[in-house]
Amino acid sequence: MTATASLTSRERDGRAVLVFAGRLDAAGIAPMWRRAMRAAQQARGRGMIFDLGGVSFCDVSGAAFLAETEAAHGTPAELAGAQDRVVELLQRARAALAERSAPPAALPPTPAEFALSALRLVGFSISFLGEAAVAVARLPRRRRMLRVPDLLRYADQAGVRSMPLVLLLGYLIGLILAFQSAVPMRRFGADIFVANLVAISLMRELGPLLASVILAGRTGSAFAAEIGTMKVNEEIDALRTMGLDPMTMLVLPRIIVAMLVMPAMTLALDLAGLLGMTTVMLSLGFPLVTVTRQVQAWVTASDLYGGLFKAVCFGVAVAAIGCRAGLGTGVGPRAVGLATTSAVVGGIVATVALDGIFALIFYRLNL
Amino acid sequence: MTDAPVIQVTGVAQRFGARTIFRDVSFSVSAREVFVILGGSGCGKSTLMKQLIGLLRPSAGHIEMFGRPITARDRDKALRDMQCRIGVMFQSGALFGSMTLLENVMLPLEMFTDLPPEARETVARVKLGLVGLGDAAALMPAEISGGMARRAGIARAMALDPPLLFLDEPSAGLDPITSAELDQLILGLRDDLGATFVVVTHELASILAIADRCIMLDRAAYPDAGGIIAEGDPRVLRDTSTHPTVRAFFHREVPAMVHA
Repeated sequence: MTATASLTSRERDGRAVLVFAGRLDAAGIAPMWRRAMRAAQQARGRGMIFDLGGVSFCDVSGAAFLAETEAAHGTPAELAGAQDRVVELLQRARAALAERSAPPAALPPTPAEFALSALRLVGFSISFLGEAAVAVARLPRRRRMLRVPDLLRYADQAGVRSMPLVLLLGYLIGLILAFQSAVPMRRFGADIFVANLVAISLMRELGPLLASVILAGRTGSAFAAEIGTMKVNEEIDALRTMGLDPMTMLVLPRIIVAMLVMPAMTLALDLAGLLGMTTVMLSLGFPLVTVTRQVQAWVTASDLYGGLFKAVCFGVAVAAIGCRAGLGTGVGPRAVGLATTSAVVGGIVATVALDGIFALIFYRLNL
Repeated sequence: MTDAPVIQVTGVAQRFGARTIFRDVSFSVSAREVFVILGGSGCGKSTLMKQLIGLLRPSAGHIEMFGRPITARDRDKALRDMQCRIGVMFQSGALFGSMTLLENVMLPLEMFTDLPPEARETVARVKLGLVGLGDAAALMPAEISGGMARRAGIARAMALDPPLLFLDEPSAGLDPITSAELDQLILGLRDDLGATFVVVTHELASILAIADRCIMLDRAAYPDAGGIIAEGDPRVLRDTSTHPTVRAFFHREVPAMVHA
C-alpha cells in the first residue's frame, strides 16, 4: 500500500519545519505518527512550524495527529499554508486534548485495599446467609411467593435434563475405576474385591462429589446467569418495588430444588457406576451373581445414606453460591460472565471443602 | 382529595464515595399531577427516582410518601406499606423474561390480592388492553419491541391500580409517533384513573406535552455537585426562564456559558 500522506522535516532559521502533504486521515497518519512525535520532541526548545500547504484533506483523526504532535513539542506550532477548515479543526482538537485529564492511575490494590475487598465479600456472603435464613423463617407468611410452576421448571432444568449426563458419567467412572484397579489387584488374586472398592468409593465419595460438580457446572452457573441477567435488566429492582422479596421468589425455590434433585442425581450416578463396574467384572469372567453377592455383603446402608446426606448439603451449597453470585452481579454483560464463573468455581471449591469436613465428622462418628 | 402532597422531599442528597451527585433537592408532588424530573444525562434523575421508590437510601435529607417518612430508621415497614400503593416502570421495562406479558401483569395480582385465577387473568387483560397490547398478551418479553416493552411495563405498574406511578424515561429511544402515543396514554390514565405520575425524562416534546410541573436538575448547580436549577410549569420556564442552562435545554442550544 502506498502512503497517502507524507512528512518531511527540515530546518529553517533555527526552527524545525514539519512539512505535511497529502491526505491526513487515519490511513495517512498511521505510518508517520511515531516519526512526527520524535521530530517534535527533538525540536523542543526551538520553534516549530507546520507547513500544511500540501495537505489536500484533513479529518478529525488528522487534526488530532497535528494537535498531539504539538503537545509532544510543548508549545503551539506556527501554521503555514493551512486552509481555514484545517485551522478550525486543529483548534477543536487542541481544545479537546487540553481537557483530557490524567486517567485515574490503575494501581495494583494495596494489601489494605485487598483485605478490605475480601472483607466486603465475606460480609456480603454473611448477609446473604442471614437474608436466606430470614426468608426461610418468613416463608409461612409468604407462601404465595414460592410458586409451584417455578419449582417444577427448575427441577426439570436442574434434575431431569441432567440425567443423561449423570448416567453417562457414572457408567464411565464405574467402568474406568473397575478396570484400572482390576489390573494391579489381579496380581494378588484380589480382583473380586474390585466390586467392594468401586461400590464403596462410589456411594461414599464419588457419587455425591461428581453429582455436585455436575450441578455446579450445569445448574449453579445457570442460576448465576439467570439471576445476574435479571439484575442487569432491573428486574430485581422491579421485584423489590412491588414488595416482592427476591430471596423468597428467586433464591429459595432454587435451593429447595437443588436439595431435592441432588439425592436423585447421586443415586442415579451410583447405580450407573455399579453397572459400569459390573460390565468390567463380567468381562473378567466373574458371574453376575458373584458380583452382586459381593456388593450386598460389603456395602452397608449407612454408606448409601451418608452419601445421599452429603449430596443434599452439596446441593444447598452449590445453589446458594450460584444465586449469591447472581445477586452480586455488577453492571453490564461482562458482569454476568464473571458471576457465572464465580458460581462454578465457588460451587466446586465449596463442595470439596465440605467433603473434607464431612470426612472428619464421619470418621469421628465411626460412620 | 386532600391537599396534602403525595410526595414531600426535603434537602435530599446523594453521594457515592467521594462523588456527590446532587444535594439540597427539595420539592413536593400533589395528587393528580404529572410531575416531571428533567435534566441532562448524568445529573442524577434516575438516582433521585431510585430514592423515591425506596431502592436507594439518600445520603442526607428526608422523603415522605403519602405523609409517611420512608427515610426514617424503621423505614422497612413504611416501604412495605408504600409498595402496594406505587407502580414503577423501569427504563427497559424490566419485564420478567420467563413469563408472558399476561403473566407479568398477573404477578402482582397473584401476590397481593385474593382474586381467583380467572379474575386475575381478566383484570390483567384489561390492563394490557388499556396500553394497547390486548393482542400481545401471550407473547414473551423477548418477542416484542422496545416501545411495546415500555407499554407492558406501564401495564404491570398499573396492575394493582396504584394511586402513584413512577415512569423512568418512558419515551427514550422511541420514534416520535410511539412516543406521542405513550404521552397520550399517560395523560389519559391521569384523567381517567386520577393517578399521580412522576416521570423522569429528557425528551423535550414529551415534557411539554405531559408535564403539569417539573423540576430541572443540573450538575452545575453547585461547584462540586448538582441540584435543582428550576421548578415550575415547563411551558412557562421555556418562555421566561433566564437561567442559561434552562434556556439552552428548552431551546436546544449549546449553553452560552460553558461550565468551568
